[in-house]
Amino acid sequence: MIIINAARCLLFLICFLMLCTAAHAEDISLHGFLQGNYSADTSAKNPDGGNFKLAEERLQIKLDAAKDPLHLLIKADGWYDHVGKKWDSELKEGYIDYTANTWDARIGRQVITWGVGDLVFINDVFPKDYEAFFSGKPLEYLKKGADSAKIGIYPGFASFEFVVIPLFTPNHYPDSQRFWMFDPMPGVTDRTKEKPGVSLENTEIALRAYRDIAGFDASLYYYRGFLRQPSMKPDDLILPTKLTIFYPKLSVYGASLQGKALDGVLSLEAGYYDSREDRQGTDPTIPNTQTRFLVGYQRQLWEDFTIGVQYYAEYMHDYTAYTNSLPPGFPQERRLHDLVSIRLTQFLLHQTLRLSWFSFWSPSDSDYLLNPEIKYNFSDHVWAAIGGMVFGGRKAWSQFGQLDKDDNVYMQVRYEF
Amino acid sequence: MKRLMIVLLLLCLPLEVFALTADEVAKKSQTAFLYPGKDFKARVMMKLVSKGGQERVREMTMLRKNYGDAGGEQKYFIYFFQPADVKDMTFMVYKYPGKDADRWLFIPAISMVRRIAAKDKHSSFVGSDFTYEDVSGRNLEEDSRSIVREEKAGGKDCYVIKSVPKAEDMDYSYKMAWIDKSTFLPLKEEYFDKRDELYKVFTAIEIKDFKGFPTITKRSMKDLQSGHMTEVSYTKTDYGIGIDDSLFSERFLKQPPKKWIE
Repeated sequence: MIIINAARCLLFLICFLMLCTAAHAEDISLHGFLQGNYSADTSAKNPDGGNFKLAEERLQIKLDAAKDPLHLLIKADGWYDHVGKKWDSELKEGYIDYTANTWDARIGRQVITWGVGDLVFINDVFPKDYEAFFSGKPLEYLKKGADSAKIGIYPGFASFEFVVIPLFTPNHYPDSQRFWMFDPMPGVTDRTKEKPGVSLENTEIALRAYRDIAGFDASLYYYRGFLRQPSMKPDDLILPTKLTIFYPKLSVYGASLQGKALDGVLSLEAGYYDSREDRQGTDPTIPNTQTRFLVGYQRQLWEDFTIGVQYYAEYMHDYTAYTNSLPPGFPQERRLHDLVSIRLTQFLLHQTLRLSWFSFWSPSDSDYLLNPEIKYNFSDHVWAAIGGMVFGGRKAWSQFGQLDKDDNVYMQVRYEF
Repeated sequence: MKRLMIVLLLLCLPLEVFALTADEVAKKSQTAFLYPGKDFKARVMMKLVSKGGQERVREMTMLRKNYGDAGGEQKYFIYFFQPADVKDMTFMVYKYPGKDADRWLFIPAISMVRRIAAKDKHSSFVGSDFTYEDVSGRNLEEDSRSIVREEKAGGKDCYVIKSVPKAEDMDYSYKMAWIDKSTFLPLKEEYFDKRDELYKVFTAIEIKDFKGFPTITKRSMKDLQSGHMTEVSYTKTDYGIGIDDSLFSERFLKQPPKKWIE
């Protein structure tokens, strides 16, 4: 109760500070865009019979106001969803910055991006929206804002970012009405969601320390919170009648390096995922502890053409305990799950035309995601993109294999102001 | 009598003995053009004009700080105001003599700082007719050069320098530059392709003096083959403003300080 009241007081204080900043700002700017975004099925209808994963017109308003040492940003979206046939709105970001000489603070809903992966996240433990990505929304919609406070401290020998997230935000996964997805217990419809409540104990914390080491950008990371991907706990493993969807406790210890090497940019990242609710690995409903790592390399081969390749792997600890406790009939994951990604980008016509290719392919699961895209800037204010999302694989339950029937072509048109 | 003979002999020697060599002119030009002041700031307006006359605008604040003498290390910090899809983006470069630069880009929509793999020689700067190298310079050791002649350009006495890249990997086979004898700024540059045809022309349109540093405040680069043209103009130009080293950091890439970018 005290925590909730404290959170309310804090929220009130933030709103008050925001109003004060806006009212006295020396510098206010208003920008945003109007956007049409449509995505049509190409291999099968949606589970609910629809033909579109996405069809919406959206307005985003971005308000910036500043008066030293404060800065306010509000980014809000309103849209009409033709698939769900409803109007909707969302505060994408809304925060206030305070900047001092050797430290700063950002309080409110904010997007935080850590790590060096390209669409592969190890130490970026912040909320994501995978439905947005899979249905062909612009990439920025993959990242969700976290309601948090971030303190930056810059003593010179290194820099530190300390994040406190009192309100848990899960990842957003594709909606079962619009996407075909694997469900291990489709017969059980009695399902309840249990999000971690607001309490001191459930408050997530994340820490990043970074500095230059021999020309490389080096970072260390720590996170204590919850896995943002839900787990399902049945009331009975053999004859389930009820499922509880919950978010297991997780800690992550990680590091990354990025710098110039071999005529390009080399990225290395690793993280130890400590599954705090199942350290023995004997609970089949909770993912085991893992080590995740990533090697990436990016290089410009000719004018305005860049290639990026990555190898990413998740290594499951206590694998024997996992296989021993897995109920019969459940799909068995491998000890090592890996992914290879390729990104090709070619700009043409004075960088107004962009041809791009992004793909994931998993050697361990033999599944894939392919994402070609063409984007053209008609003017400084108007651009449009057309692309495709193609999924597939041998197994009906693997990461991309389960999305086999969700192939789509998408279009994005945006007027920015 | 002996003394007189020596004086006469000296007078008979070719003038070039006392004149600058092509490399010296290039070095002085590099100092005047790319390294003036300890640090530098300008609001840069880039107009990209297509053959059909369609205009695009890139507006940014460019900050530069020198580390050491001309030809040495430099750091650049660029903040974009326009167009709307790159507003609030920042770009940082650590430039080193004799090796590839380090570059970082901050993308505000996803709050992400990324290193960029790009080659100076073959990368257009934000889609303009200028390459990164045109903006931040080229290592002098990479070219061999000679003074072809001396002549007036735009009413100014100039050295005409021919520079030939030593490596084969350049888009141009050689460049002719008209370097003002008094300011050492390039007033005109002509780029010739492998077939010996003129294809790109740089022109200094306006030169102003700031704190004793003559500065090209308006310039253009025309691509004669595509018909595309870029015009760049500087406002709010200043030198020796005391930019802190700390500006060139991830912290300020994410939150560019108002006092430097305005």
